[in-house]
Amino acid sequence: MVQPLKRRKESPSQTAGPYVHIGTNPNWVEITGVWQGDLGLDLVAPEAKGERILVKGRVFDGADQPLTDALIEIWQADAAGLYNSPQDKRGQADPHFVGWGRQPTDARTGEFRFETLKPGRVPFPDGRLMAPHITVWVVARGINIGLHTRLYFGDEEKANAEDPVLLRIEHRARVKTLVAPRSEEQGLPCYTFDIHLQGPDETVFFDI
Amino acid sequence: MSHDGPFYQRDRDWHSPAFTPGYKTSILRSPQRALLSIENTLSEMTGPVFGRDILGPRDNDLITNFGGTGEAIGQRLIVYGRVLDENGRGLPGVLVEFWQANAGGRYRHHKEGYRAALDPNFGGCGRAITDQDGGYHFRTIKPGAYPWPNRVNDWRPAHIHFSIFGEAFAQRLITQMYFEGDPMIWQCPIVGTIPSREAIETLVAALDRQATTHMDALAYKFDIVLRGRRQTMFENKLEGH
Ligand SMILES: [Fe+3]
Repeated sequence: MVQPLKRRKESPSQTAGPYVHIGTNPNWVEITGVWQGDLGLDLVAPEAKGERILVKGRVFDGADQPLTDALIEIWQADAAGLYNSPQDKRGQADPHFVGWGRQPTDARTGEFRFETLKPGRVPFPDGRLMAPHITVWVVARGINIGLHTRLYFGDEEKANAEDPVLLRIEHRARVKTLVAPRSEEQGLPCYTFDIHLQGPDETVFFDI
Repeated sequence: MSHDGPFYQRDRDWHSPAFTPGYKTSILRSPQRALLSIENTLSEMTGPVFGRDILGPRDNDLITNFGGTGEAIGQRLIVYGRVLDENGRGLPGVLVEFWQANAGGRYRHHKEGYRAALDPNFGGCGRAITDQDGGYHFRTIKPGAYPWPNRVNDWRPAHIHFSIFGEAFAQRLITQMYFEGDPMIWQCPIVGTIPSREAIETLVAALDRQATTHMDALAYKFDIVLRGRRQTMFENKLEGH
């Protein structure tokens, strides 16, 4: 026998199940009056600095059917590349930008949609700058442990080409699963990030 | 000695794998390629913080927070515990959200297909923010077991769903709490996705007769452990940090 290492084990994850929105978006599933407004719907206050953008997409299962019962969370830096978190010790992020958003996928179309800001660049641990990106987290019925991935921007070709995380992807054809093409909607840049849980276009998910 | 380095690697053998055919929905919703392993960056080592100003006085009282004046039907419970990290440190200021079926096992949701009656005084959601020691508590009723469409006669054991934030997005977790002594835990295909009995037992809340309230509520204690961080004292400090 050796001396024991006194560390606890992380609580095992369990699926969010089909009724996750009761807990996270109760007003959206018509449980009104418990609290006003669901969290994570508004990321950007009018005073926030930076370029307004839309991010939208769907989550497809292995039969190419969009999930209509998923929950998507995003987490990102502000326009200057700072996170609105006490854990970011580099400086004060824009107080008018939360950086965290949460949306259900539409019960009919499966689409999720965020109005947010284009994030600035954040350094990798070795000091190299990462390309602008948004962390995306997907939970749903049938997903046993939340899936982490990243949205990169289709119009940041140069930054994407030198991004330390994207450079780690061995199968180069899969890099495109993390890059959201740009279009325009409501006069704003709109980035479409479709997530594929399985199949030839399976999104690169992260173990971070 | 401060623990502010990167998070301990997640033990993927302790958690459920993605593909667990006994839980049928996972078959088409499980990624099949290897996950991309990267060291923590600021994007994972930071996370949102929620202020107490979001909380209403009854957010952690599921017995009364939905009904106007009436109280939910069912066996009254206090659920309490701490949110800790793997180093055993209580995590203060962490948002914990919970949701559950009513005493009959029915959810207030348009997709619910179980015949048990709705309780007009039960919504099924609540939330709390942990105190200085990582403690949280709420009042509720014991949820019923319910059947669900998987194999024809699969039932979920009584459970409460939990969503926990932590201090960093790397700690983000959704899980479920079960009740001590329930034989149905060991018959459930969703519980059964977890590889070991030892891991499953960490999700079973203990009946705590010392924390009951007189002529009111039974108590269950449920601690939640999030990923812990390495200490940085021996780490090489890199430029730009
Ligand atoms: Fe449930």
